[in-house]
Amino acid sequence: MSNLVEIRDLRIGARTDSGREVEIIKGVSLDVAQGEIVALIGESGSGKTTIALSLMGHARPGCYFAGGSVTVAGRNMTALRESERAKLRGTDVAYIPQSAAAAFNPAIRLIDQVIEVAKIHNLMPLAEARVKAVELFRALALPDPDTIGERYPHQVSGGQLQRLSAAMALIGGPKLVIFDEPTTALDVTTQIEVLRAFKSVMKAGGMGGVYVSHDLAVVAQIADRIVVLRGGEVQEEGTTAAILDNAQHPYTRDLLAAFHPVTHAAVALAESATPIPPALEVRGIFAGYGPIDADGLPLKQVLKDVSCKLEKGRNLGVIGESGCGKSTLARVIAGLVPPAKGQILLNGKEMAGDLKKRSKEELRRLQIVFQLADTALNPSTPIGEILGRPLTFYHGMKGATRDARVAELLDMVHLPKTMRHRLPSELSGGQKQRVNLARGLAANPEVILCDEITSALDAVVVAAVIELLKELQRELQLSYVFISHDLATVQAICDDVIVMNGGVNVETLPAADIMARAEHPYTRLLLASVPKLDPAWLDSLADDPAFERAGRSSLLAQV
Amino acid sequence: MNSQIRSLILARLGIAVITLIIVSFIVFAATEMLPGDIAQILLGQAATPEAVAGLREAMGLNDPAFLRFLRWMGGLLQGDLGKSYANNMQVADLIGGRLANTLQLAAVTALFSVPVALFLGITTAMYQGSIYDRAVNFMVIGVISVPEFMIATLAVLVFAVWLQWLPALSFANDVKSFWELLRAYAMPVITLSFVISAQMIRMTRAAVISTLGAPYVEMALLKGASRPRMVLRHALPNAVGPIVNAVALSLSYLLGGVIIVETVFNYPGIAKLMVDAVATRDLPLIQTCAMIFCLGYLILITLADIIAILSNPRLRK
Repeated sequence: MSNLVEIRDLRIGARTDSGREVEIIKGVSLDVAQGEIVALIGESGSGKTTIALSLMGHARPGCYFAGGSVTVAGRNMTALRESERAKLRGTDVAYIPQSAAAAFNPAIRLIDQVIEVAKIHNLMPLAEARVKAVELFRALALPDPDTIGERYPHQVSGGQLQRLSAAMALIGGPKLVIFDEPTTALDVTTQIEVLRAFKSVMKAGGMGGVYVSHDLAVVAQIADRIVVLRGGEVQEEGTTAAILDNAQHPYTRDLLAAFHPVTHAAVALAESATPIPPALEVRGIFAGYGPIDADGLPLKQVLKDVSCKLEKGRNLGVIGESGCGKSTLARVIAGLVPPAKGQILLNGKEMAGDLKKRSKEELRRLQIVFQLADTALNPSTPIGEILGRPLTFYHGMKGATRDARVAELLDMVHLPKTMRHRLPSELSGGQKQRVNLARGLAANPEVILCDEITSALDAVVVAAVIELLKELQRELQLSYVFISHDLATVQAICDDVIVMNGGVNVETLPAADIMARAEHPYTRLLLASVPKLDPAWLDSLADDPAFERAGRSSLLAQV
Repeated sequence: MNSQIRSLILARLGIAVITLIIVSFIVFAATEMLPGDIAQILLGQAATPEAVAGLREAMGLNDPAFLRFLRWMGGLLQGDLGKSYANNMQVADLIGGRLANTLQLAAVTALFSVPVALFLGITTAMYQGSIYDRAVNFMVIGVISVPEFMIATLAVLVFAVWLQWLPALSFANDVKSFWELLRAYAMPVITLSFVISAQMIRMTRAAVISTLGAPYVEMALLKGASRPRMVLRHALPNAVGPIVNAVALSLSYLLGGVIIVETVFNYPGIAKLMVDAVATRDLPLIQTCAMIFCLGYLILITLADIIAILSNPRLRK
């Protein structure tokens, strides 16, 4: 047996809550050679994580092995007894989880969790394990490698936890490492550091790897081969270069196409004799949380002197990493967080900072759509009622007129009329986000604040939602404030972009040539950090002057 | 211990004190609302109206309620629990021995039932869905559904009447040797343990199972940890908060809610004393008993909350 991993005709079944049996993996076969990294790529529900976990002989509760074999280092994981599988976990096969923040036990010191593998399997004396762990911390470029292990998980950052979880996987000297979307939850600048660390230790150790991801650009940096999955079946398989340059399967091409979104053609400013006031203007906003001090500023400032302008019929993008204050900006504009200082103007007229002091008309003209449709839609209210409520509230609609308008709204977001009798839980993620949007449209607004509305959606669905937003804009003369951490999505819909960092608006740029016009070092760093489909991108970063000069210091400060 | 933990605990203790003051107010108000005139009851049917009025004056019953409340509180703070109306004895003397008996019974029951309940709760969570888990759950639900006087009566019927292994009544005061102690306590302890363990088992199992679903427990599985290790090392430390609260709630029942058990086994505890006091309108005794029950409950719940605060790893340095 030459290959490290040989999966043959793997079938995994699942029992749904209603007792129905479904097959979620339908006869998958694939190989991983010694020292090779193979990527499993696909959207949510494609079965990529289920296959990855089967390499450890683990099926999540409710799932079971229905057929086929998973051979790792000569042993069939599906046929072993549970106690024999446990012996191989952590020693032969190790796992790096998607969310390290959740995968670390909050009650145990980091070092004890990292060396737990050695303790469970009696691999080496604990003192030796500690020394090895510190070496790994150093190899993974963690700060204070000698003492970081003494901390608890809540005392280190997300990027550090992700690298600590890699140390936890590598301590047992595995032959195969499984990466389950290890950088999905991280900011782009953090992602680079983590990817680099992974790549260097994998290369040094000569280990085989399986890298699960939905992000082709990330996979392109680290994988030798790519397997494209959909609906529990392999769609296409090939070397990284072959998949990127010469994809055969239509689904793979869709995935690649989602990577090259059409850049939005900027809307020209209307020239007219009487200047039209901007649809929305924000002037010198200070906002935050905690007690107010003598200067009238809150203790914890999230926004510091932020100003921006949204012209009628145009779209404004707000981009930045987690914690930069972009969502707070949306909440301030919507009146959910009253600002400590500054003005918000709608069509040139100032609005009260507090939601409760705004008139119904002001509320109607400015609507917000939240990131997670799952939590924004009341799970026990049918769709028709969710859409009907704002109609009654803003327009006093009742009975047949209201029903007719609900049908129209559903039609606007391309959902069938019959959907109004369903509950949110019966809809897919993309459908829920459409309902979420339709609820905002129900008020007949002029400005819609979109707070990361595409972040929880698969790439192919994102493209459809963006297309819908543009179509609605043409028909209804809307203006959007589009908040996102993803540059490509912002570029696909916005005319202007403001870049935020640490609560400050560092730069305002036209979306179309953001690359060429960016001047602020943070903007350049952010742009340089977005992964590209080119497999040589990660390695070439070392030579990128923007990244080197501006990046290193601020990056290390953040990570 | 860092300053954040200290301030959290101090705040929790402050809440406990405030609760106690509110409770004392409610206890006083509730006893005020008891129907019937004490002077009338004490003097009996044949008393002349003048005698009743005289006694009311002497007992200070004509003063406004608030003044009497302050007087009572002042007495409590100085350790003066007042005098029993019924037999003119000091309340402290009446309660002293009885409270010791109740605490003794509570302590023996706790020592026996808490370890058993925790063991059963944790092991059923560990082997969730197994025959063992189902059998224990079946029994636990059965015990919850049967009222305690039924268990107590059945216990007397089986062990005292049919088998004649144990005495039907528990005279805790006559115990001379360890063997006699076991015999005297066996039945009340078994009955009480049945009642309070059921809840502890269910709550412990639920708390452990909910932490078993956490991603870090799956991570432990993928590191090759055995099932006992996953539960004991990874799930349990994070389930301490809900578990100690369930234990505290169950144990608080041992102080106030044991009246049926004390009555069936004729055990001279404080709950029985309180019921007798209600029959004779002995207000100072009722108030003191109620305050003792509330205090015990409050101490247990506060302790559980403090343990939960201490077990929160996010507050550790």
